[in-house]
Amino acid sequence: MSLTGLFLISFLIVHLLGNLQLLIPDGGKAFNIYAHFMSTNIVIKFISIGLYVGILLHAIQGIIIVLDNRKAKGSKYAVNTYENGNWLSKNMALLGTFILFFLCVHMGDFWYKVKFTDTLDLITYPDIDYQVKDIYQRVSMAFGNVWIVVIYIVGLIALALHLIHGFQSAFTTLGLQHPKYTPAINVIGILFSVGISLLYALIPLYMYFAKLSNY
Amino acid sequence: MKLDSKVPEGPLAEKWTKYRGSMNLVAPNNKRRLEVIIVGTGLAGASAAATMGELGYNVKAFTFHDSPRRAHSIAAQGGINAAKNYQNDGDSVYRLFYDTIKGGDYRSREANVHRLAECSTEIIDQAVAQGVPFAREYGGLLANRSFGGVQVSRTFYARGQTGQQLLIGAYSALSRQISLGNVKMYNRHEMLDLVLVDGKARGIITRNLLTGELEKHAAHCVVLATGGYGNVFYLSTNAMGCNVSAAWRAVKKGALMANPCFTQIHPTCIPVSGEYQSKLTLMSESLRNDGRVWVPKKLEDAKAIQEGKKTGLDIPEEDRDYYLERRYPAFGNLVPRDVASRAAKTATDEGKGVVRTGLGVYLDFADAIDRYGKAAAHSKGIDNPTSSQILELGEEVVSQKYGNLFQMYEKITGENPYKQPMKIYPAVHYTMGGIWVDYNLETNIPGLFALGEANFSDHGANRLGASALMQGLADGYFVIPYTIGQFLSNEIRTPKFDNNLPEFNAAEKDTRTRIERLMSVNGNQSVESFHRKLGKIMWEYCGMSRNAEGLTKGIKLIQELREEFYKDVFVPGDQNEFNPELEKAIRVEDFLEMGEVMMRDALDRNESCGGHFREEYRSEEGEAKRNDEDYTYVAAWEWKEGGQPQVHKEELTFENVELKTRSYK
Amino acid sequence: MQLTLKVWRQKNGNAQGRFEHHNIEAEEHMSFLEMLDVLNEKLISEKKEPVAFEHDCREGICGACSMVINGRPHGPQTGTTTCQLHMRAYKSGDTITIEPFRANSFPVIKDLVVDRSSFDRIIQAGGYISVNTGQAPDGNTIPVEKDQASDAFDSATCIGCGACVAACPNGSAMLFTSAKVNHLEQLPQGKVEHNRRVKDMVKQMDKEGFGKCSNVGACSVECPKEISVENIAALNRHYLSSVFVKK
Repeated sequence: MSLTGLFLISFLIVHLLGNLQLLIPDGGKAFNIYAHFMSTNIVIKFISIGLYVGILLHAIQGIIIVLDNRKAKGSKYAVNTYENGNWLSKNMALLGTFILFFLCVHMGDFWYKVKFTDTLDLITYPDIDYQVKDIYQRVSMAFGNVWIVVIYIVGLIALALHLIHGFQSAFTTLGLQHPKYTPAINVIGILFSVGISLLYALIPLYMYFAKLSNY
Repeated sequence: MKLDSKVPEGPLAEKWTKYRGSMNLVAPNNKRRLEVIIVGTGLAGASAAATMGELGYNVKAFTFHDSPRRAHSIAAQGGINAAKNYQNDGDSVYRLFYDTIKGGDYRSREANVHRLAECSTEIIDQAVAQGVPFAREYGGLLANRSFGGVQVSRTFYARGQTGQQLLIGAYSALSRQISLGNVKMYNRHEMLDLVLVDGKARGIITRNLLTGELEKHAAHCVVLATGGYGNVFYLSTNAMGCNVSAAWRAVKKGALMANPCFTQIHPTCIPVSGEYQSKLTLMSESLRNDGRVWVPKKLEDAKAIQEGKKTGLDIPEEDRDYYLERRYPAFGNLVPRDVASRAAKTATDEGKGVVRTGLGVYLDFADAIDRYGKAAAHSKGIDNPTSSQILELGEEVVSQKYGNLFQMYEKITGENPYKQPMKIYPAVHYTMGGIWVDYNLETNIPGLFALGEANFSDHGANRLGASALMQGLADGYFVIPYTIGQFLSNEIRTPKFDNNLPEFNAAEKDTRTRIERLMSVNGNQSVESFHRKLGKIMWEYCGMSRNAEGLTKGIKLIQELREEFYKDVFVPGDQNEFNPELEKAIRVEDFLEMGEVMMRDALDRNESCGGHFREEYRSEEGEAKRNDEDYTYVAAWEWKEGGQPQVHKEELTFENVELKTRSYK
Repeated sequence: MQLTLKVWRQKNGNAQGRFEHHNIEAEEHMSFLEMLDVLNEKLISEKKEPVAFEHDCREGICGACSMVINGRPHGPQTGTTTCQLHMRAYKSGDTITIEPFRANSFPVIKDLVVDRSSFDRIIQAGGYISVNTGQAPDGNTIPVEKDQASDAFDSATCIGCGACVAACPNGSAMLFTSAKVNHLEQLPQGKVEHNRRVKDMVKQMDKEGFGKCSNVGACSVECPKEISVENIAALNRHYLSSVFVKK
């Protein structure tokens, strides 16, 4: 759980760096070239398979643990309280499931459309000698829709919450604990979780408002 | 009956070593064939079970708790004594021996006490090796503190939870033997009878507390490590489950109850707050190292405090009576427990108590906080510390030393002891009396042994602080594993016992009849209410001070109460199920007989010594007055069913110490 | 004060349990268990069966009390066992729900009494130092740093009550097991057989059917001896190293 979790966190960073190119005001050129590279490079292909396996493993492990733990707990208390532990840590499975749904929506929106449909325009740029799919166009269209933006924001809030517990929990599970440094790790974990989700959220928000102002 | 103490010949300091070297041994191959039953798995029982398991005996250990780790040894706070002389303050085995004999008011057996002092040092080594996290100095070596009744610093401690840590050490050693298969552990089994075959102890009848089933367990010998009988007073610092039943059943089968009137009243407990009170909580004696005991000098101040119109803080220094420091300048607040308790009683009898009920005195840390605060300020290089700085620093030091005790006090009373002086009052804590045993810790029934608080041998009429843990562990780790060989070496040809012998069946039948009798009374009063009534009688007539008239009356009251018990007790539920009320009923039934023997012993002992204070026998200054001429003996009581208990005497001879009047002035 | 109690009643492990309601008059200076004593005396006087609950020392050290009060093991106060909880923590008119510790590895025996023998078996699997009586060298032979002894004590202070398991939504015994492992690991005497101990104790813990730790931290919040979750991280480290690093 902790290893797959940390792996997925590392993906989040890479994915964010790539996607922040959406914010470059060049009509999507950099992003489209980057996306083309990502979808054609053989190494990336392998890594992406690793990623899908990672997500799957993380989810399966999560499900197994939840089922195991339900069995271990047996019956529940009549009075449920969050006074002895935060809501997040007790609801990781709920948040995780929500994130998984969000991922499906997200992949269906972009990955599926890019890979398996012909709905995207091909585009050429003067300084490169091959055609790329205009994914930027697709993204920008999607984020023009306020409801999609809302779905993304909610999904990212869930991600932030999931990470706030997940980040430091992974360190504990791996036994990476030190009386001096653990408090710092915990703070970094929270900053990271909120920060990365905010940066992600910036993309749909920026594009939505950018579009609004263009009209 | 002639009581033979079997103390070996030779000079005191060599008795144990020589004896140990010449004792009969049991060869390893024979040990495997021998079975030992150990009842009780507190410090004494667990350490004995573990050690005998290590030696290769087949051990069966029994506890009524759900786990050996719950035994009440766990609650001992202050520490454990050992004559290590790590502090270089002149301690020695002899001095520990002498302090214990003197502290016990010369009513214990010299040879046993000296052996205890000898074993004390090994206990510390053993505990350290087991992983007991004793307090350490900065240099990494073991730390010590001082305790009441002695002038050296020889008490080893693990914060205020020494008993817990030592018990966990013994429990883990026991657990290891359980996992190795050398000890078979029976949790939630209560011993209800002792089985004798041809006059020797060969087994026990137990009740499985989960199912109510009666079980017969046979072995070559039986060891009782079942603790003391302080709960006869209902209110005591003992755990709710502590009981005399196993020991009392042995007495009913012919063992002798020695010096039952020697009960220790601990001076520093949290006072009773109301009728509903179920137990009393001890505040470790170590608090008297720094706390000063006082009551108001003026009666009107005491009255105002009792009525809640004033608090201790309103009484100016000159109107406080630090009565221990006044009466006993040499030892001050660190006088032995019996002396401190009686002094508190004297003060409250004069009407100077400081709680609503009038039964409480102050234990004040203001001076200690001030002293430590100044010292801490000095070591931090603060030249002219303000009073708030001193207070803050001082509270910090006190918190480091006694933090958990202060916290506990605040939880129970709702008062902050850093700001308000603590209120304390004596409470029943420990019973020095117990089953009579000889030097081998064997009772007068061959094959029946008694260890720890369950026996009488080491503390005389008063136990010194931090000595109970020492005795329990000495008996379990270092004495019984050797001395049991004296008995078992003659049993190597005895085959394993069949638990279907007629003796076992008869004992089982008796137990069943007894339980059925209790269940069938179907009266109107709860077991608890009888226990409370018994406790009140005991405290009133056989408590901190006793007199012939009261004791005579008390005996009659107990007998009446016993009759009433069999007529009107109500035990709900069924006997063939988990039934805590039935467990209690069986224990209270035994207490109702034990209480009478205690009173008879107290009445018989026409002197004041240690925890036994007879109002008729006191000096002009009101101090206890011993009578060495007539009472330097152990009174061992034989229970006569339907008749009066009969006393047997073991004369105590002192070859190495001179009997002196204890003076802590 | 007037209180309404909702108490879990269950005849035995196989029976169906249910809540029973009682109104009771209590005093603020009573301990929580003394309040239950009052309830039981009342039940007995009505010739009804009293509520079975486990208790012994009543001074917060034996670890016998095993009830969940308004959803929290040992009630609302931190660092406090049920027996040390006093009624001044409640006010007149309160309704108090009392349930047994719940976890599959702690089956109910009767009412509020549960079977915690699984803890004993975890200790038997390795929660000791293999030293026979009489083998020990002098206590001062191996110096132990003061702070380290103190840290070991912080782990050793566990009273084995099982509140950690009861509080854990996963029914995990990690805090209990890790406290014992770390108590012994932090002392030079315990280091010797440390790797074996970690593996054996974790194996037994899993065998007993305790849940997996997901670092919720409720165990430590409810622990009456305030044992830190740092123990869990340390156990994880020791376990991983004993499995992957040590031979």
